[in-house]
Amino acid sequence: MANKKKKKLTPTQQEYQKFAKQREPKRNVLLNSFRAFLVGGAICLLGQLIQDMYEKYFNFTENTAGNPTVATLIFISVILTGLGVYDHIAQWAGAGTAVPVTGFANSIASAAIEHRSEGYVLGVGGNMFKLAGAVIVFGVFAAFCIALIKYIITM
Amino acid sequence: MIYLWAFVVGGLICVIGQLMLDVGKLTPAHTMSTLVVVGAILDGLGWYEPLVKFAGAGATVPITSFGNALVHGAMAEAKVHGIVGIITGIFEVTSAGISAAIVFGFIGSLIFKPKG
Amino acid sequence: MLHGHQTWEFENKPVIISSAAVGGPFEAAGPLADDFDILHGDTWLGQDSFEKAEKVLLEEACDKAIEKANLLRENIQFFLSGDLMNQIITSSFAARTINAPYLGLFGACSTSMEGLALASLIINSRSANYVLCGTGSHNSSVEKQFRYPTEYGGQKPPTAQWTVTGAGAAIVAAEGTGPCVTSATIGRVIDMGLSDPFNMGAAMAPAAVDTIEAHFRDLGTKPSDYDLIATGDLGRIGHHITEDLLLKHGIHMEKGNFVDCGILIYRPDQPVLAGASGAGCSATVTYGHILNRMRKGELNKVMIVATGALLSPLSFQQKESIPGIAHAVVIENKR
Repeated sequence: MANKKKKKLTPTQQEYQKFAKQREPKRNVLLNSFRAFLVGGAICLLGQLIQDMYEKYFNFTENTAGNPTVATLIFISVILTGLGVYDHIAQWAGAGTAVPVTGFANSIASAAIEHRSEGYVLGVGGNMFKLAGAVIVFGVFAAFCIALIKYIITM
Repeated sequence: MIYLWAFVVGGLICVIGQLMLDVGKLTPAHTMSTLVVVGAILDGLGWYEPLVKFAGAGATVPITSFGNALVHGAMAEAKVHGIVGIITGIFEVTSAGISAAIVFGFIGSLIFKPKG
Repeated sequence: MLHGHQTWEFENKPVIISSAAVGGPFEAAGPLADDFDILHGDTWLGQDSFEKAEKVLLEEACDKAIEKANLLRENIQFFLSGDLMNQIITSSFAARTINAPYLGLFGACSTSMEGLALASLIINSRSANYVLCGTGSHNSSVEKQFRYPTEYGGQKPPTAQWTVTGAGAAIVAAEGTGPCVTSATIGRVIDMGLSDPFNMGAAMAPAAVDTIEAHFRDLGTKPSDYDLIATGDLGRIGHHITEDLLLKHGIHMEKGNFVDCGILIYRPDQPVLAGASGAGCSATVTYGHILNRMRKGELNKVMIVATGALLSPLSFQQKESIPGIAHAVVIENKR
């Protein structure tokens, strides 16, 4: 988290930071958001098409088709990560590739692939969740708290 | 119609993520963690399921649905097994995503070399 | 001899009798490709990890410098080197191969000039016949250690920089032909409270300014006394900030003579965002391109100000800011 703790910055430091900020190229938020919208929407659209395919041809119901759909998107992400193209798409799309489950898959696959040089157990196994771990930990903990609260309220 | 909404809703959730990265200056890990927690909270309030009905994959593909699914799993088990069900049920619904990511990720490390 | 507070003047004029620069495919596609002694077509260099490839880069640069000086590894009295890897393993393992008495350094991306300054001091004080100093970096090993796995889809902001895959080395001696090191200013650690590891240029700029000011003050010189003043790896943003900040402090840098190695090494159309960075950046540009120009007589008095960001992956997670440092070395065609 970059901004929050201004800590105890001296006047010189504050002045310099203002000076530097003026000379920093601004991130093109509008363009980035547009690209994220486009790619993110496209990935979700692809997910919808895949889901319909599973419902129509593989006898999944509306409730259960989500599972193979997610697995398929993860598979595609791992392949693209392994081929070395995912990061180039992601530099362009930003959150458009990071927010869908493709981002989750990429974070695991890229860490696994990168750390093979340290061996399969300590390298791949030990580092696979370097980036995705936070998502899992906070997702589970949040779900636990929320389910607990909801359970207590409805009892 | 659902195709349109899948695109729009999915795209908008990604835009929220992009704003968190660009304006909020959060790291990707912080952004994704926040979105997962938001998904869990929305399901706790009962607002995520209607979104799924409306936008289909536009709501199930973004990482927010992971939070939604975790809460769902917990609540479903809790209905059957009481308070213990909250712990035992959390991964019920999301196991496909996590298993696929681990399995394919590991196979990926067997086959691929990083391209740098 | 000490001048002022933090500058050494080398009255015995240590000579850079040889230097070498080694690079990777990105550097081969850049405008300074001809000044590299060895260029590789891929970043693996036949090794099975990026860290091992980085070690090979440094070894090649060192061996090439030794070869160009018509020496053998056994002639090297001391080997001074550092790099960006944890525990500077690249340098330590290269030192194992070179087998000369070894002094490990850490100055992040300012290591090249830290090494050259110390090598010159050792030679000037008649404490060695030949001192080898070098440093290097590898894009993928640095990304893996400091930021994210190389295939990770994290979007980099426009202030981010591209780490050079390359190594540079030089041999300093008491006698011989070549440009001489005439003075060096050792920098202090300057921290302006910036903490974005994707904007190192802005974090390092104050250190560059501090060292350049100290140099001019200690020796009583001014920008127009030098044919070229090159900062290490401030990148487009950091260099711009440095120029403006020096102006604010009353120092006018000469237009066209104040450059940055991180901007020189790549073409504007290469996807490197704000420019190059890495310990190999200032090393390859100085020990290749700049020294070549000096040997041709195009430049006669040059100051290289290598800049470094002294953060670690952990310090950033612990909400620490990024301290910067810069070391300046003056090289002249003089005997």
